Amino acid sequence: MINFILSEFFIKKMEGALKKTKFNEAHYVLKGKMIEFCGWDLPVQYSGVSAEHVAVRTSGGIFDVSHMGEIFFRGPQALDAVQYLTSNDAAKLFPGKVQYSGLMTEKGCFVDDLLVHKISDTEYFIVVNAANLEKDYAWMKSKTTQFDVEVINESADYAQVAIQGPKAGKLLAEFTKTDLAAMSYYTFTKGEVMGMDAIIARTGYTGEYGFEVYIKDDAQKASKLFLELCQKGEKYGIVPVGLGARDSLRLECCMALYGNDIDDSHTILEANLAWILKLQKGDFIGKNVLLKQKETGIQRKLVGFEMIGRGIARHGYPVYVDGQQFETICSGTMTPFLKKAVGMTYLPIGKTEPGSEFQVKIREELVTAKVVATPFYKFDQKSI
Amino acid sequence: MSTKDLKFTEKHEWASVNGNIATFGITDYAQHQFGDIVFIELPAMGKSFSKGAACANIESVKAVADMYAPVSGEVTEINSSLENAPEQINKEPYGAGWVCKVKMAAAAELDSLMDESAYENYVKSVEEK
Repeated sequence: MINFILSEFFIKKMEGALKKTKFNEAHYVLKGKMIEFCGWDLPVQYSGVSAEHVAVRTSGGIFDVSHMGEIFFRGPQALDAVQYLTSNDAAKLFPGKVQYSGLMTEKGCFVDDLLVHKISDTEYFIVVNAANLEKDYAWMKSKTTQFDVEVINESADYAQVAIQGPKAGKLLAEFTKTDLAAMSYYTFTKGEVMGMDAIIARTGYTGEYGFEVYIKDDAQKASKLFLELCQKGEKYGIVPVGLGARDSLRLECCMALYGNDIDDSHTILEANLAWILKLQKGDFIGKNVLLKQKETGIQRKLVGFEMIGRGIARHGYPVYVDGQQFETICSGTMTPFLKKAVGMTYLPIGKTEPGSEFQVKIREELVTAKVVATPFYKFDQKSI
Repeated sequence: MSTKDLKFTEKHEWASVNGNIATFGITDYAQHQFGDIVFIELPAMGKSFSKGAACANIESVKAVADMYAPVSGEVTEINSSLENAPEQINKEPYGAGWVCKVKMAAAAELDSLMDESAYENYVKSVEEK
């Protein structure tokens, strides 16, 4: 017992001391169960993964996501540089608008997935995965030398707290004068939160209504904010949430995780993310390969599935289609809210329609699963 | 159920003995560390295990763990109610959350297990690390 494996995504060995987010002190006050995650000292859970997951679906949760990277593009050709690096059409953005996009390899696969925030014609603010920050920053700098733009990694300056769930707006409204109700999905604004300058975005990684707040103040003020959010959130049933539930929440609503569902060996078309691929825009890295693949068609596709047999498919378990092994499970768990063993995996074209069956090797046994429509969970606007 | 007559392993399983039958489960410390249990794969009836072999598989939302047999034996009974209600292990690890019963193959193996006070000290030493 207790030889337990958290998703291998959680276990990344780092030399030396762990990095602390500006909310670190708050996690110890709240008695979070701390783990190492991408070199950071972060809570995997506080009260328990299932309870935290369900709290976010029914009332709300507060997450320290300061490990995410913040990279700024500044200069007359900021837009050109963003357009050249990413798959979505950043020209469609207006100041205060956010866009989900892919940082593409030459082969049309993912260096990372990211959020592009347009501040002005000459300034964009990009949020990337913690695990990929150094790689992304080096990639972005090396691939944009032909543009008049400055690419600056300001991650160390920012703390980010996510407040997610149907009652997230009510709680955050106690801390800011910004008209949160007026903000539409995937927009952001500059404002003040508990007297601190903040970027407030209506974004998230849970499939719920909610906000992500970026602040630059020191650790003492930041931890105070985190603790007050938790304290004032209590009356709404809002609780602090760790990385465990962050992963199960994003999987329940089928949001991709880099390193699991998307990576540098599956293309954006195969990852079923054609909606963030705009081939009609100007030149960008990976475009030619993707144009060709769109023409010839893909051979495999990322799908959502549900287990039919008893068992939970997990990241890395072998997948069998018609008796032949075909790649491995990208993501899988028993989701605490739907209480179903679900997951995501790549399957060969022809086997990707809902109802199609395949097998997952769980320990020594082949257990049947079937393709289902995604997302598994869809948030109900009426719940706010 | 009283825990004073239980025997404990370093991997946080317990065994209670009645004649030549031993009942296995995981300890309160183990269920607490592991979190909400959402799935269990029980051993097959009649299957034999040697001491220390994986005899059941327990999963939470984010973790997978094996339960190792505290002593060798052949499975005579399994707690099938856990298949639909694995959370019983969290609620009553020493009662309704028992996992399986085995006919012991070598009762002398019990001597290598810890008694309750030795296990409590062991948990303290693990916690301090």
